[in-house]
Amino acid sequence: MLTCKQFLSELNDYLDDTLDPQTRSELTRHVNECPNCWVVCNTTEKTLKVFKGMEAKAVPPDIEHRLMAALEKRIADRGPICGQKKAEA
Amino acid sequence: MSAFSDLVTHYDRRIFRMAKQITQNDDDAEDVLQETFLKAYSHLDDFQGNSKFYTWLVRIAVNEALMKLRKRRSDKTVPLDEPIDTGEDEVVREIAVWDENPEQQYSREELGALLDEAIQSLKPAYRTVFILRDIEEMSIEETADLLKLSISAVKSRLLRARLQLREKLTRLFKRKGDDAFAYL
Repeated sequence: MLTCKQFLSELNDYLDDTLDPQTRSELTRHVNECPNCWVVCNTTEKTLKVFKGMEAKAVPPDIEHRLMAALEKRIADRGPICGQKKAEA
Repeated sequence: MSAFSDLVTHYDRRIFRMAKQITQNDDDAEDVLQETFLKAYSHLDDFQGNSKFYTWLVRIAVNEALMKLRKRRSDKTVPLDEPIDTGEDEVVREIAVWDENPEQQYSREELGALLDEAIQSLKPAYRTVFILRDIEEMSIEETADLLKLSISAVKSRLLRARLQLREKLTRLFKRKGDDAFAYL
């Protein structure tokens, strides 16, 4: 029988689904029988979901303007680079 | 330039966000943003094509951001390679289920600010691992390789980061009436 601490130490691999079937099954049994670990597992999963759903805000216009100006200067100094198509892959 | 500038405008917001999250400094983040795309442009022929272009950009950006952090070592910032306590005292105090749709309690801007604040409260060593693994969705192996850490160190830091963030969000999102109770 797993302890809560053992469950917690495996929580990452459990959430990332990288465990072998037997270990996963033992953890699932524990989480189904232990209300506290169920809550920790559920809320950690929701935490990751909230962060993954976070959209990046647009770069402020002044910063983007300076970025583009720096790139244009670099291109003017060095000339165009022939490998651009690779980057689109 | 136009094909490359399309790539810049497609990815710059994510690179800038990551740079801000790691450096926690607007000026440093702008430097990282510029250096990342300037280096990417200058070394475009070195891009192997066996990884995604964005992953390649992230590698450049993370190295630039970490250099910024290292330069600030003399201030109060905790260095990235500080010894990490991997003891058993994992942070699990708040045990409460969340409201059904907690995100809807806040506007997109408010929620974004709360999540940024939560990430910034993490130590740099935890924060960087969390950003790479759970926001940029790099693998454990890629994260370890990029940060020059062992797989077990990445896993340990990631668990700490996830649990600390869970603590913070649970305080915000927990269903009213569900208070913490003794655990572990």
